[in-house]
Amino acid sequence: MSTRIFGSGIKRREDPRLITGEARYTDDIKLPGVLHMAVVRSPYAHANIVSIDSSAAEAMDGVVAVYTGEDLDLAGLPTAWLIPDSDLKTPEHPALAKGKVRYVGDGVAMVLADDRYRAQDAADAVVVEYEELPAVIDPEAAAQAGAPLIHDDVEGNIAFTWAPFDKEASDEAFAKADVVVSERILQQRLLPTAMEPRAAMAQFNAATQELTLWCTSQNPHIHRFIISAVTGLNENRVRVIAPEVGGGFGSKIPCYPDEALVSWAAMKLGVPVKWTETRSENYLITIHGRDHVQHVEMAASKDGKLLGVRATVYAGMGGYLSTAAPGIPTILHGLLYVGPYTIDSVYCKSIGVMTNGTPTDAYRGAGRPEATFLLERMVDNVAREIGMDPAELRRRNLIPAFEDGYDVAAGLTYDSGDYPAAFEKALDMAGYDDFRQAQADARSRGRYLGIGVTAYTEMCGLGPSQVAGAVGFQGGLWESATVRVTPTGKVQALIGASPHGQGSETTLAQIISEELGFPVEDIEVVHGDTTETPMGWGTYGSRTTPVTGAALAHASRKLKDKARVLAAHLMEANVDDIEYADGSFSVKGSPDQAQSIQDVALMAHLAWNMPEGMDPGFEESQFYDPPNFVYPFGTHIAIVEVDAETGEIELQRYIAVDDCGPQINPEIVAGQIHGGVVQGVAQALCEGVIYDDNGQLLTGTMQDYCMPKADMFPNFELGETVTPSPHHPIGVKGVGETGTIASTPTVYNAVLDALAPLGVDQIDMPLTSAKVWGAIQAARS
Amino acid sequence: MQVAITVNGVDHERDVDPRTLLVHFLREELDLTGAKIGCDTSQCGACTVHLDGKVLKSCTLLAVQADGADVTTIEGLAEGGEHHPMQTSFWENHGLQCGYCTPGMIMASAAFAQDNPGASEDEIRHYLEGNICRCTGYHNIVKAVKQVADAAAT
Repeated sequence: MSTRIFGSGIKRREDPRLITGEARYTDDIKLPGVLHMAVVRSPYAHANIVSIDSSAAEAMDGVVAVYTGEDLDLAGLPTAWLIPDSDLKTPEHPALAKGKVRYVGDGVAMVLADDRYRAQDAADAVVVEYEELPAVIDPEAAAQAGAPLIHDDVEGNIAFTWAPFDKEASDEAFAKADVVVSERILQQRLLPTAMEPRAAMAQFNAATQELTLWCTSQNPHIHRFIISAVTGLNENRVRVIAPEVGGGFGSKIPCYPDEALVSWAAMKLGVPVKWTETRSENYLITIHGRDHVQHVEMAASKDGKLLGVRATVYAGMGGYLSTAAPGIPTILHGLLYVGPYTIDSVYCKSIGVMTNGTPTDAYRGAGRPEATFLLERMVDNVAREIGMDPAELRRRNLIPAFEDGYDVAAGLTYDSGDYPAAFEKALDMAGYDDFRQAQADARSRGRYLGIGVTAYTEMCGLGPSQVAGAVGFQGGLWESATVRVTPTGKVQALIGASPHGQGSETTLAQIISEELGFPVEDIEVVHGDTTETPMGWGTYGSRTTPVTGAALAHASRKLKDKARVLAAHLMEANVDDIEYADGSFSVKGSPDQAQSIQDVALMAHLAWNMPEGMDPGFEESQFYDPPNFVYPFGTHIAIVEVDAETGEIELQRYIAVDDCGPQINPEIVAGQIHGGVVQGVAQALCEGVIYDDNGQLLTGTMQDYCMPKADMFPNFELGETVTPSPHHPIGVKGVGETGTIASTPTVYNAVLDALAPLGVDQIDMPLTSAKVWGAIQAARS
Repeated sequence: MQVAITVNGVDHERDVDPRTLLVHFLREELDLTGAKIGCDTSQCGACTVHLDGKVLKSCTLLAVQADGADVTTIEGLAEGGEHHPMQTSFWENHGLQCGYCTPGMIMASAAFAQDNPGASEDEIRHYLEGNICRCTGYHNIVKAVKQVADAAAT
């Protein structure tokens, strides 16, 4: 092989179909005789359903049927993360509301018609009489006595209270501290906004009792068993296909009512049924992210030793508990409070609160951005309180480099890290010391520059199944994969994970190519179909490269072991004398005699001349359960200028140094960081859900919700360090969420640094020019 | 209503519901599903096509308004079996991830680079405001467009 494929930023294997419009996403797939479903949705955030009159709708041209919640014989949608020691309540979540609606968009009835326009017309003609009830959106307000009760069986709207840490130890650490800083932090609701809205289409064969569901899923195997559970079909009669999927960011993990409804209707009517979300519908019903009100404190000594962090978090769950919702503001949040620092005391009390908002669940980073933000925000507050440069304060508290395991106070064991190396590299790239001088000069001229520095680590590559079980996740977190080589030496790699934009068909092919020497062009990665692929838990939590990648590396190594023995047999040599290089097996000392991996694959299939005891064929599978999470880390720096007269913020530079271990495809890694950074920066600067007091979504379209655009950003400056994970067969860590996790506090702190001389020390996100201007005016008066 | 629309060089005549959007006509009637629907307020640009040589969001026009027009979609952008330079540039520069915004992004960028040879990065970023991508952070899209715009200037 001329150039090594591992570590090379080769072009993506998926792109030819995507750049030509030939890729088929769920809504692109056509079935003859398909009916279109439209859902009648509640216009109220909280109301009793008095009556539903569908007679006018049923009489309309092209309408086949209208059903309400009373017509359905479907089990409720399950909550699949049952966090322990939290008094968790899981209120019923019917696919269509019965008696009561709990957020704007809650489904009330479904209409089936022969065309999508007619289905929507008929949905508009269904007359529903409601008795409106008081609504509550803010999670802290919803947890107070006297708040409207959303579920009769969730007293006080408190779905859970999770506080596994030692409160007394935390109190002691705070009592001893010279300095305690505090802040109320609003982690505003965000709209995940995968560019492809959700869609689902179901087809049922009554003779074989087989249901096929095409849907926008990050985890078709999880969708399969949830659909099996709610419909009552045997799991081996349900086939879920996630065709091309246009982004997810967590929003395509859950199983929603809509997937259950098309399945049920296809079974009931015996014809295929399709539903495609509009963007406005997506903003109402597809999960939202974040939604925390956090009361945070940090303790420190006056000479800059960080001693403890603690928080009480009110986490908005929305009207129902979505699939993984309880795990997000708890397991994926509170355990991250130490970050990359030598903090000895942590405490988190996370209260999951039902509200009349859209259900929340995992959104890119899922709990970890909310932890990293509060930690980095408080570090800057300590720096300001004790009069120390915030970079210097971080430097003094970073965990020193370690190669194989570091136990932290939050109970995790980090795998490996060299936080100081990434930190110093980022500061060098930014020219930190020079910037401070330039900043002082600019201030003397009435210009307000600011710099924000975030050191982070995060837990991803989810994760050991034993841990998953211990924390109540209703599934495993291993992955499986099969490497299948055809007689002509072409590879099909079948994986249970379900990538949807990450470039995994390329990255994973590079792993197999590295291990076995097949050209990457000869390797196809097959995913997204429960019938074609082995079991897997899905693509989320930055886990596909670390977990599926490890499964593929191990399966490839099994094949290589077999190939070595077979090659030795064919060349009549001793196995110990076989040398391998670049997909070719040769006998030590006689390089002319060689068997390529393709030759060996053919001979294994023919099985004309096998060694004693060797089975024919050339295919291996591997189940891989990671022994630990992986912990990527790094330092991000932003430089901004704030116009004090208008409140406008210009992001001038963004530097990201990330360490995800060895990079398989550096261009794909960079793309993950670019995209993640933009999502995180947008949380700091412009994105945020706004509801009115009645629970109406005011940011209900892309016209009203601020999606980040190209002209808001500079080119990003990326750097890396390489610290392999000690427990992973190829040392890699996940990188799908790091950008989002690190960038929000980086930009927020940069803006607050710029505003410091103006006396502004806190603004709720997002930092819109109106809010920044208002804060400047308030500080001046 | 009867409409006659030329799409990617092929003449199509259809009887359509007058309210049918051009993007639905392309996707449902002609099965040209390259143009995507990512919003319902004409912000996202995933449905961008060329109509009589001009860049158009195909969700903003009724099919009947396109009667007699010549439409090019992403499926018709390549010529003679060769990718259009903008398709090649997006591929080479990793200008896409999930691919959903990509057809619209390429259609808009192809016309822009042709009309604005040597366009600056700032001009490209400003122009791309009408096309939203959630995956790439725009960095590599800007790079891809710049490569073609630069080539057009030489």
